[in-house]
Amino acid sequence: MKRAISAAIAASILAVAANAEAVAPSDVAYDEYGAVAASLSGQPGNAEEGATAFGSKSIGNCVSCHAVTALADVPFPGNVGPSLDGVADRWTEAEIRGIVANAKKTYDGTIMPAFYQVDGFTRPGKAYTGKAIAVEEIEPLLSAQQIEDLVAFLVTLKEE
Amino acid sequence: MKFKAMTALAGALAMVTGGALADADDDTLTINEEIEIITKTDAPAYIDGLSELISGWHFRSDETQQLETDDFDNPGMLGVEAAMEVWETADGSEGKSCADCHESAEETMVGVRAVYPKWNDNAEAVWTLEMAINGCRTERMGAEAWKYDGDDITNMVALISSVSRGMPMSVAVDGPAQATWEEGKELYYTRTGQLDLSCANCHEDNYGNMIRADHLSQGHTNGFPTYRLKNAKLNSVHARFKGCVRDTRAETYAPGSPEFVALELYVASRGNGLSIEGPAVRN
Repeated sequence: MKRAISAAIAASILAVAANAEAVAPSDVAYDEYGAVAASLSGQPGNAEEGATAFGSKSIGNCVSCHAVTALADVPFPGNVGPSLDGVADRWTEAEIRGIVANAKKTYDGTIMPAFYQVDGFTRPGKAYTGKAIAVEEIEPLLSAQQIEDLVAFLVTLKEE
Repeated sequence: MKFKAMTALAGALAMVTGGALADADDDTLTINEEIEIITKTDAPAYIDGLSELISGWHFRSDETQQLETDDFDNPGMLGVEAAMEVWETADGSEGKSCADCHESAEETMVGVRAVYPKWNDNAEAVWTLEMAINGCRTERMGAEAWKYDGDDITNMVALISSVSRGMPMSVAVDGPAQATWEEGKELYYTRTGQLDLSCANCHEDNYGNMIRADHLSQGHTNGFPTYRLKNAKLNSVHARFKGCVRDTRAETYAPGSPEFVALELYVASRGNGLSIEGPAVRN
């Protein structure tokens, strides 16, 4: 019991440390091609968590639009976006991070939503309720750490 | 450059591996072995983003498609039957039914669905069929207006639509309706919500592709009111618009709002030339 509590305290201290170093969505440093060099959370990502986020409707839901052969057990991948097999052969980690955070910085006009953005929307709503949300209450679709987890997963997708 | 190469590659792969599954199929639709439905035709000249119009029917599974081919199998026809009774039933302070003025819907309503939304001279505005029905109720019958996207009115629109099945959609986009049409076009291409998606992102740029298990159609209105297996009821155009906009994580417009009326006119015009199918059956 005592041990569990100290573990919880340690975890929350870690979480606070991570939060303290996370870059706010409006402060992300994109280079001129849309890449982001540094971890958004200040921490490394966890590829397993990233794989879960990729396939989970309630987290990243990337599978809605992208297929990945490595996740063949996640049924019915979409094809609005390209397959991400071998994506790490085509893009650097910084480029992948930039695309996940806000793909419009890389591809002007892309259909892909920005997962780490909180402003500049037209008629933003409160999740999927259809009701309005106050601009200051908008949270990014994914947290800094969830994006790092996804990046850590995506950089494992190599074919060469 | 990198992106273009990648998209081209993905496109080529899709054609090789998933083309037959993902594209609209080549089936043909005849309802009750007599009503021939135009489900593919050339796009009107004023639509830049489409060359061929394809009914949403082509994007559904064979089983779902089948349900629309016979009125005894089409669950949407239950709504039509309910409305046929209402048609004959007096309501409101004037003691009139629809039939008292319009006689048989099977005769007097033929072709009406094809030209709505339509400019109304008296109201000096574009009216949807729902607005015309409620206009009749409040102005001529002395009855209460129905809820814009409620079952009563959606059933009635389904009845009026059903008698025009097979006729091509032909809403007017010029003349007094033109300003509203332009407004609808603007809305069609406006990206909304936290997902930042416009109608065009999915239904013009990506029809035929899959969002997970959902097969994206061109989003035409010719099949409305549409019986959706998903919610097991007839759905009005504005209810569907609302669901789509909500799914972009946006604040929606209200059914019956001027914005959705304008959007309906524009979207209907994108389907001019496709046969009316309402009540169609979809996922």
